[in-house]
Amino acid sequence: MAGKSKSGGKSASSGSKSKSSGAKSGKTGAKPSKDDLLQYYRDMLQIRRFEEKAGQLYGMGLIGGFCHLYIGQEAVVIGMQSCLEDGDSVITTYRDHGHMLATGMDPKGVMAELTGRIDGYSKGKGGSMHMFSKDKGFYGGHGIVGANVPLGTGLAFAHKYREDGGVCLTYFGDGAANQGQVYEAFNMAALWDLPVVYVIENNKYGMGTSVARSSATTDLHKRGAAHGIDGQKIDGMNVLKVREAGIEAVAYAREKGPIILEMETYRYRGHSMSDPAKYRSKEEVSKMRDERDPIVQLRDIILKEKGIDEDGLKEIDKEVREIINAAAEFAQESPEPDPSELYTDILIEA
Amino acid sequence: MPIEVLMPALSPTMTEGNLAKWHKAEGDSVTSGDVLAEIETDKATMEVEAVDEGTMGKILVSEGTEAVAVNTPIALLLGEDEDKGALDGYEAKGVGGGSTDKDKAEPKDDKGDKEEKQAKDESTSEQKAPDGFAKPEAADPGPEPDYDGETHEITIREALRDAMAEEMRADDRVFLMGEEVAEYQGAYKVSQGLLDEFGPKRVIDTPITEHGFAGLGVGASMAGLRPIVEFMTWNFAMQAIDHIINSAAKTLYMAGGELGSPIVFRGPNGAASRVAAQHSQCYASWYAHCPGLKVVAPWSGMDAKGLLKAAIRDPNPIVVLEHEMLYGTKFEAPTDPDFVLPIGKAKIERKGSDVTITAFSRMVDVALAAAEELASDGIEAEVINLRTLRPLDTATIIDSVKKTNRIVTVEEGWPYAGIGSEIASVMMEAAFDWLDAPVTRVCGEDVPMPYAANLEALALPTPERVAKAVRSVSYAD
Repeated sequence: MAGKSKSGGKSASSGSKSKSSGAKSGKTGAKPSKDDLLQYYRDMLQIRRFEEKAGQLYGMGLIGGFCHLYIGQEAVVIGMQSCLEDGDSVITTYRDHGHMLATGMDPKGVMAELTGRIDGYSKGKGGSMHMFSKDKGFYGGHGIVGANVPLGTGLAFAHKYREDGGVCLTYFGDGAANQGQVYEAFNMAALWDLPVVYVIENNKYGMGTSVARSSATTDLHKRGAAHGIDGQKIDGMNVLKVREAGIEAVAYAREKGPIILEMETYRYRGHSMSDPAKYRSKEEVSKMRDERDPIVQLRDIILKEKGIDEDGLKEIDKEVREIINAAAEFAQESPEPDPSELYTDILIEA
Repeated sequence: MPIEVLMPALSPTMTEGNLAKWHKAEGDSVTSGDVLAEIETDKATMEVEAVDEGTMGKILVSEGTEAVAVNTPIALLLGEDEDKGALDGYEAKGVGGGSTDKDKAEPKDDKGDKEEKQAKDESTSEQKAPDGFAKPEAADPGPEPDYDGETHEITIREALRDAMAEEMRADDRVFLMGEEVAEYQGAYKVSQGLLDEFGPKRVIDTPITEHGFAGLGVGASMAGLRPIVEFMTWNFAMQAIDHIINSAAKTLYMAGGELGSPIVFRGPNGAASRVAAQHSQCYASWYAHCPGLKVVAPWSGMDAKGLLKAAIRDPNPIVVLEHEMLYGTKFEAPTDPDFVLPIGKAKIERKGSDVTITAFSRMVDVALAAAEELASDGIEAEVINLRTLRPLDTATIIDSVKKTNRIVTVEEGWPYAGIGSEIASVMMEAAFDWLDAPVTRVCGEDVPMPYAANLEALALPTPERVAKAVRSVSYAD
């Protein structure tokens, strides 16, 4: 796939950037082991349970404002994250809780940010769409549709500038794919061979408008063609297919330059909490849930092929539920930020 | 202990809703994600999904019930190992303050819940603006260090170039990007020679794509680099203003200090010559309006070098408003590569006792010319070069007005909500008792910049207009 037909008359000139890999299990490109599969299952389940809990806390008035849930799309971020190495960076838009958890951020800190408390990742000053962790290579969490694409391209620029061998995964949605700045970023990424994987999470609707109603061409993975950026469409409901494509794409980005992966995925919930989702049929939603749910798919593989029984998975379910309940409790017990926080973090004192 | 299913809030403003329909009956098994019920709000009908798993034990609010308050228990769910016996004598408790652990929730009726929620909301908003809570004063950058080192006469464009070159030599995280900055040597030749010294890795020609490269620069700064993003003119940065404000200025705050954007945006601002409305505009008040940014506007060679170097070293996003019409002007500038000016400090360029004139960028020339003219009439004006527009050095202005008791502000930008308006407010708040005349603004006329030479001249402040304003506040007409 990637890069075999990179056009534009420009050689992929970046030098060797290989760095030691395999520091973490499952990141070597080898076929994932049983333990890897269990890890993906656990990580996807953790996002699912986290989001369900967030929805519940929202319903209780403990989370305010906008709250965009990732339920249904878990395979995308867990599959892609499994392809990264230490030192790589990740940036996304506003449907971002899953990405935070996938990069290893603490569910307690994320949930406490959702409830607007001092122990949240942004001390309660950012909320659902604005959390960051330099330590985990997570650069947000951005609320302006499309804006994180040049930002992620800039993170990739920094990897190349520093020659640190890093790659930036820049996630955005089908809606953002129609923003002009995305193409400005594509152009510079291709022009300068920047190590970036653009992961388009095509969940079929930009808020309430379907891709077909908003996009003159609906094959979003081909949107880089004008800049010589190759792309591929991937079953984003299947974590193993995501991972397989991700490994190849990340390696390509690391060695050569930008690449696009369009993930066909689906969000079960509305765009945000207050969206009744009247623009799609109930049958459409239940068909995806019943036939293509990413967690159920992996669960079936584990049960059928890996010699794990229901009880083995129940242990994981229980562990995840405990983590999420603890996060929810933490997020309610953590105090609101002190009034003095109103005027902190505006500027760094030089 | 049964799990309570509560009436959810489905939007930030919802306080109650109608329970339109139950999808589960008592005795049905429930798994996470199952639709339990449909709720009607004033805007829409929404489905409520199960978070917890178990068996539907008891429906507490029957379908068709209207105006069910948020957080009212609407059903009881039996956990995996519970049988119906657990429902016997169980009293639904609801939730106050939102604990999910029902064991801890105090029993109370629904009305009590709602009242408590309101009380909590009120106390929250109260907490946000407590009595006597004042915003901290801007840190005093301290006095400008006396510079008695060597100087040489150079143009402003050379001073800016030298500032960048010196900082690039000192810090390899610093790089320059923008349109025509490298091979063309700068659209206005500000980056002359930088490509030769630093090479294409650090002096980067961008495509004509302000929105994109401003965002790319901010991303690189979040990763710890120190970009200098040149806009060919600030007029074109309107394409990029989302990244300047939303991505650069707000991130440190939204991140609770975890991550910021150490970046310099620079380029010529204000009125150029005979280029009409889209290429002649002052953005001072636009950027100075925004917390999270610092905004500087150099006039002299000292300013250009000292402020740009300070901006590059500063860990915050900084807007540097240069002036095309000053690029070729020669000033004495320090040769010392360690020379920087404090951001946030104005400079009194001419001492005077009768009236204070504030100006920045090219308008300092206009103010000084007016002061010369006024001196021949016996009016001694004190001319303050603001240098930094955010944070504004209000102390220097106030101290001057306490001496002169009158003030005229000068700027190229439009009067409405301009820098002069801000200074007028500061005077009202902090120097009212010292004023002997109304604060008076001399601004660009409130029109898009015309092309015709005579009209363009009419649209901009002149020494004559400034002198007239000074005579007016001095009651010397």
